Amino acid sequence: MSTSTETIEQFVNREYQYGFVTDVESDEAPRGLSEDTVRLISHKKGEPKFLLEWRLKAYRYWLTMKEPVWPNVHYPKIDYQNIIYYSAPKQKTDGPKSLDEVDPKLIETYKKLGIPLREQERLAGVAVDAVFDSVSVATTFKGKLGEMGIVFCSFSDAVKEHPELIKKYLGSVVPYTDNYFAALNSAVYSDGSFCYIPKGVKCPMELSTYFRINAVDTGQFERTLIVAEEGSSVSYLEGCTAPRRDTNQLHAAVVEIVAMDRAEVKYSTVQNWYPGDEMGRGGIYNFVTKRGLCKGVCSKISWTQVETGSAITWKYPSVILKGDQSVGEFYSVALTTNYQQADTGTKMVHIGKNTKSTIISKGISAGRGQNSYRGQVKVMRSATGSRNFSQCDSLLLGDKCGAHTFPYLEVKNTSSTVEHEASTSKIGEDQIFYCRQRGLSTQDAINMIVNGYCKEVFRQLPMEFAVEAQKLLGVSLEGSVG
Amino acid sequence: MLEIKNLHAQVEGKKILKGLDLRIQPGEVHAIMGPNGSGKSTLAQVLAGRNEYEVTEGEVLYNGHNLLDLEPEERAREGVFLAFQYPVEIPGVNSTYFLKAAFNEVRKHRGEPELDALDFLSLVKEKMKVLELPQSLLNRPVNEGFSGGEKKRNEIFQMAVLEPKLAILDETDSGLDIDALRLVAEGVNKLKRPDNSQLIITHYQRLLDYIVPDFVHVLYDGKIIKTGGKQLALDLEERGYDWLLEEYRAQTPSQQPSLAGAR
Repeated sequence: MSTSTETIEQFVNREYQYGFVTDVESDEAPRGLSEDTVRLISHKKGEPKFLLEWRLKAYRYWLTMKEPVWPNVHYPKIDYQNIIYYSAPKQKTDGPKSLDEVDPKLIETYKKLGIPLREQERLAGVAVDAVFDSVSVATTFKGKLGEMGIVFCSFSDAVKEHPELIKKYLGSVVPYTDNYFAALNSAVYSDGSFCYIPKGVKCPMELSTYFRINAVDTGQFERTLIVAEEGSSVSYLEGCTAPRRDTNQLHAAVVEIVAMDRAEVKYSTVQNWYPGDEMGRGGIYNFVTKRGLCKGVCSKISWTQVETGSAITWKYPSVILKGDQSVGEFYSVALTTNYQQADTGTKMVHIGKNTKSTIISKGISAGRGQNSYRGQVKVMRSATGSRNFSQCDSLLLGDKCGAHTFPYLEVKNTSSTVEHEASTSKIGEDQIFYCRQRGLSTQDAINMIVNGYCKEVFRQLPMEFAVEAQKLLGVSLEGSVG
Repeated sequence: MLEIKNLHAQVEGKKILKGLDLRIQPGEVHAIMGPNGSGKSTLAQVLAGRNEYEVTEGEVLYNGHNLLDLEPEERAREGVFLAFQYPVEIPGVNSTYFLKAAFNEVRKHRGEPELDALDFLSLVKEKMKVLELPQSLLNRPVNEGFSGGEKKRNEIFQMAVLEPKLAILDETDSGLDIDALRLVAEGVNKLKRPDNSQLIITHYQRLLDYIVPDFVHVLYDGKIIKTGGKQLALDLEERGYDWLLEEYRAQTPSQQPSLAGAR
């Protein structure tokens, strides 16, 4: 008993590899939040008036709101006046026109994170938008994608180059009134990625955004907007890391996706923000709103997330199934170790006829981690013939952690089917012993069992990400034979 | 091969094995029979190295080494194989992948090069033919959704691939219908070699219709109270255990164990 428990502890106490800090001079806004802060950010970005107005409306609305207390997470009150809302690495020119103008230190940082930005080192078949603190520092493959009519650029560039699209879609899926953190984000967001896939175009490569928090005491508030026109498709990846620090940092992002008739969007996240140390000091508060709108008929939005980082995770990537026969999917692995807390899940709102949603959630709790699944399935009166299948599994490693499940099911017509399955299991001494009796070490046995448990979700990830996700869990790649 | 001397073991403070002696030579097949609660499965678990079972006295020599000093995985790599009474499901872990990992651990331990996926696959297909197993088994997760019979056959299949020196079959016949029983037993017979040994733990004689043991031992109250040839199993089938237990009690009138669980 004792040997396997020890190995479980070693397994979950693996070191955070991305905790370094890049020494760059930055241009920061003063601490605190006021209308002036909002104006300053908008001014720094040279935004059109409609955006500033929108930000101010969001800010004023936020002032009337209260921080949500319903999530099953606990943390000291956040002092919103002690956060720096804007931090950008200083640059000689307005914005880098090419990689040659990007500070070599930044390029080096991404290289260290395994995200090469230089042309000759780029990942084959993956276009990257690199966001460092509050701004996007580089976007690769812009030209090549442009030839197909695909727009993939930083949010700031999109505001300048495609204001009509921003005006039309910004806040159309997640309005600033949606929730406390979405309102805050709407007021102070500084950058992010924008992606537009024109009618009938299948994006030939994975698009990805790599978020990096570097500066101390800053919040990162980015926005991602993806619009997929009729008959188009795109696969989008998101990765995140931050330095190791003793204080908590706030990350409040918003992601909006719009899918028109027969469009397909697949959004994958490997979230590895700094989780805090083994005593629970420091770490990122990851309070994120992600939502997709299946606007057209037969459209499809699929979320896959592997959440291993952050001190606290609060996020529910959701799909509004408005178009008839549209499809929403949510695949999730959430790992909490040490003192990490996660309250995560999804919302599937069925509005169109014969809409379909699938939810597969795998929670892994270890150390003193607390892991909650919270999911809502809502089938409206109009959504006749709709189907949902949910499966929520929890795996416990050790005896100081916790797993919780909060499903909310609401069905307003009689022709729809909703299925919910849930299980909680402890990583079995029986399973470990069985593996050891066949000659495997305890460590290998745990890796294998955890990996097997997550397989349904990993299989949804694009290849490169699947490998990264498995490494993150300390799991060696399971090459299936035959 | 295996020498057990005066073995005492307990689980959660309850004494189960109380001075067990057993000697197995290479190439021999031994059957251990006995009523419920006599300690049969405990013996299997102790030999495999399950932590919950505490050895309080005695020793177990395996090829001249102290077996009890080894971790469970070391015993496995040294060629001790336990076919589980209740094989465990490992969801999402591909059977072939699992077996390849186990197989290569044994190879590494012996200082032999590991087999790559292709070579391993051809070896596995060979073994499947011998045991007449469906290939679909290989693509499924370990024991997940297997019927009782499939799980037991999968144990024998793993045994065929890992080629243990000492195979312990813990009630491999329980829960099997007569056809599945025959298939499992035939598999075990095919794996018999002059340099390996089998220890078959069973509650019923019927398995021994197919696997013919060299020795039959009756385990009762944590000790072996009778040893004989295959005829002993037939006698037990016909007459039950009672006559033996009475004989045993007559010899040791001082310690009368409760018979509540023995019928």
